[in-house]
Amino acid sequence: MSTTDKAPAEAPNEDEAARAQLSTAPVEDSPAAPVGIGVIGWARWFWRQLTSMRVALILLFLLSLGSIPGSLIPQTQVDAMKVAEWKKTHEFWVPVAEKLQLFDVYSSVWFSAIYILLFVSLIGCIVPRTWQFVGQLTGRPPGAPRRLDRLPAYTTWRTDKAPEEVLASAKGLLGGRRFRTEASAGAVAAEKGYLREAGNLAFHIALIVMLVAFACGQLFKSEGGKLVLRGKGFSNTLTQYDDFKSGSLFSADDLTPFSFTLDKFDASYEKAGPQKGTARDFKAYVTYSEGAEGAPKKAEIEVNKPLEIDGSKIYLLGHGYAPVISVTDPTGKVVYRDAVPMLPFDGNLSSSGAVKVPDGYRNKNGDKEQLGFNAMFVPTFAGAGKGTMLSQFPDLNFPVLALSAYHGSLGVDAGLPQNVYQLNTSKMQEFKDPEGQLFKQRLLPGETMTLPDGAGTVKFEGIERWATFSVTHQPASGLALAGAVIAIGGLAASLFVQRRRIWVRAVRGADGVTVVEMAGLGRSESAKLPEELSALSAALYETAPSPARSAPADAGTTTEEEGERA
Amino acid sequence: MTLLAAATNESLADLSNKLVYASMAVYMLAFFAHITEWVFGSRSKVGRTAAALTPAAAAAAGAAPAVQVRTKGGGTAVLDRPKVVTRSASGVRDVPDGPGAAGGTEKGDLYGRIAVSLTVLGFLIEAAGVVSRALSVERAPWGNMYEFNLTFSTVAVGAYLLLLALKKNVRWLGLILVTSVLLDLGIATTWLYTASDQLVPALHSYWLWIHVSTAIFCGAVFYIGAAGAVLYLFRDSYESHLEAGKTPGRFRTSVLERMPSAATLDKFSYRINAAVFPLWTFTIVAGAIWAGDAWGRYWGWDPKEVWSFVTWVAYACYLHARATAGWKGRKAAYLALFAFACWIWNYYGVNILLSGKHSYAGV
Repeated sequence: MSTTDKAPAEAPNEDEAARAQLSTAPVEDSPAAPVGIGVIGWARWFWRQLTSMRVALILLFLLSLGSIPGSLIPQTQVDAMKVAEWKKTHEFWVPVAEKLQLFDVYSSVWFSAIYILLFVSLIGCIVPRTWQFVGQLTGRPPGAPRRLDRLPAYTTWRTDKAPEEVLASAKGLLGGRRFRTEASAGAVAAEKGYLREAGNLAFHIALIVMLVAFACGQLFKSEGGKLVLRGKGFSNTLTQYDDFKSGSLFSADDLTPFSFTLDKFDASYEKAGPQKGTARDFKAYVTYSEGAEGAPKKAEIEVNKPLEIDGSKIYLLGHGYAPVISVTDPTGKVVYRDAVPMLPFDGNLSSSGAVKVPDGYRNKNGDKEQLGFNAMFVPTFAGAGKGTMLSQFPDLNFPVLALSAYHGSLGVDAGLPQNVYQLNTSKMQEFKDPEGQLFKQRLLPGETMTLPDGAGTVKFEGIERWATFSVTHQPASGLALAGAVIAIGGLAASLFVQRRRIWVRAVRGADGVTVVEMAGLGRSESAKLPEELSALSAALYETAPSPARSAPADAGTTTEEEGERA
Repeated sequence: MTLLAAATNESLADLSNKLVYASMAVYMLAFFAHITEWVFGSRSKVGRTAAALTPAAAAAAGAAPAVQVRTKGGGTAVLDRPKVVTRSASGVRDVPDGPGAAGGTEKGDLYGRIAVSLTVLGFLIEAAGVVSRALSVERAPWGNMYEFNLTFSTVAVGAYLLLLALKKNVRWLGLILVTSVLLDLGIATTWLYTASDQLVPALHSYWLWIHVSTAIFCGAVFYIGAAGAVLYLFRDSYESHLEAGKTPGRFRTSVLERMPSAATLDKFSYRINAAVFPLWTFTIVAGAIWAGDAWGRYWGWDPKEVWSFVTWVAYACYLHARATAGWKGRKAAYLALFAFACWIWNYYGVNILLSGKHSYAGV
């Protein structure tokens, strides 16, 4: 261990006074054991522990350690699907992880405890510091200690000028350099760099502002996703969303009224090279109107450029294809025609989905039945016999739709919510091909497949595009930004500004010549302090030079030895 | 669309690759020159640290009046300004800095100068490599890990050379820096190489210039601060060894003897880390603003965000620790290293091992 904590053996009290209130940083004292009796004694002891630097430091360190698990284990609020996946592969750990709230680290009891304690400790620290600082601002710099040569930077010389004159010009000089000065008998005290303290306090207060803003944002936020087909519209009401998440204090009335229609969607991809197929540009062209009946306006939404309508932001998240499919019954009547969005599952937009025909279909016997098709769509097919049904490129170069057909009950009438992209075949029968296998067929746009036994036809009429949008509303983000800006400014001030004191003393010596002494003291040992003192003393020396007969420093009373570093 | 039309300029990309290899060759030469500097320097017998710290010397110093070291306006002072004498704070070991790798030998110094010149050359070539890479893709050269590594070492060397140019005492850093730059470039060209290409739409934003450049800059300068902290730990234990009256091994003495004093290294590391910390804060805030534009929320505990936060808190810890009795010194230095380890993990670990919203094509 280093020996940095040794106190100077004989520090005179006035040195302490000179150092006093150079900062409002907490004084390091290890809080004594509980004093007094019972609850109050313990409470006081606890409060002193909590607001001590040591404990704040430990809490800060715990905060950094505590946030780590959230990056290693999937989080419900980030990606619920991944959490489910993780639970399947790590069955043994699930009960432990759930007990420890490891799937919701950042809202867990223990994580909240750390940061709440930290912020209480912070408030317990900055409130008294603010008062101290106000006191320092209204007070005056402390008077000069008797032995200026004990201070970290010191200089002295003799001059013919009267002490009063020297002190007056010292006061003018320091004041001109924006020191706060205070003249007393035979000496001038000056102090500068209050911005350090102000910045420090501003930074810590800004942290609290950011926490409050973040908490507000979490409590009142709303976030919904919606898949929109080209040519179709969306209006901002709860029922229109495919999925919707909101903070606990959000109410449905908070939704901004607006609507938009997706006019066109453009996507371009890398056509060659090792990153072939990587998306290069997405753009959604929309027409939107504010309020219930606002005038329609055109806008473009890109990945980094959300559309902002009255505090709500509309983001472009993803896109894909929706084959247009029509189904006829045995009599040739069209019972279904719709664009069916398929969900992409790889970078080249190989997509899967389900076509569900719930109403209107009657089989050969005239009985009501429901039809279902498992669908797989690829925008660029590798070609028959290539052994892969996966897409080779995300653009529509060789679109192919593969369908397998079922009939029976889709299970949608039970009233249970169902995944629209998956077919529940538990109550369905397969259509069979001549070999007795599940009937399936690949279709090109415009092609029609005929279901076995004259059960009807399915036509792949064309391809529509869709885009998914996320509509978010997060209040107080402006407040968070303001907090962040103040935090950075305050941080810079508190780290780059030096708080320091300069004293000048001028006394008429026994021989009638004035002895000038200057000394400087900073909160931290900085190389800048001697430099500044040197510049200041040079300036003062010009107005109060040494008598011609002696060199300036020779008059000094200090024993000086040439240091090795000279 | 215009970006897409501008096809990657193959010949510029090729030039960039060659420049990077050339800079590696030059850094390699600088590495050997530094080694030679250290070897020549080892022949000098300095022994000043030991003299200042052996118990006998300490006793002598205790008996004599405190030595005041002149810094400004020393022996050659002209009569136009008074001399300022400084006293170091009590409790700090008053140990002189080592003479540097060359150990005061003329030959060592010559090789040291050659090494620095080669480093300057390597830096210029590498910087040209980064610029031609940027020109070849017509965008900021910060789209994948290969480009990050390239810029990272360029900035680290640039910061070191800037400190040298400002006449700061940093030549002791030379060998360590050149070694890690070679390592960094080796990793970049061997494992992380990505052919120059356009960006995915998520990266089409001017925030790329702001957020990614400051992130790389912070990392490079944090690296220098961490190097200072590591050396501080070695030098500090060496000094306490001497203080306790023990004799450290010859190799240890030879190397650490020539390093700056523990107090100097500690201060160096602190100043570097403290100077970059506000910029790191800005990097995270800029990232949050970009995330607000790109993903619909400014903070969502994505792995990259988590680790940036962890890094930030760890550096905040270090800055507080350094001002807290009982934590300053070695404990604070360990915190600084922990913080830098977090930064490195945030780069390699999160990019390669954890998937999140910061995962893009070609790492």
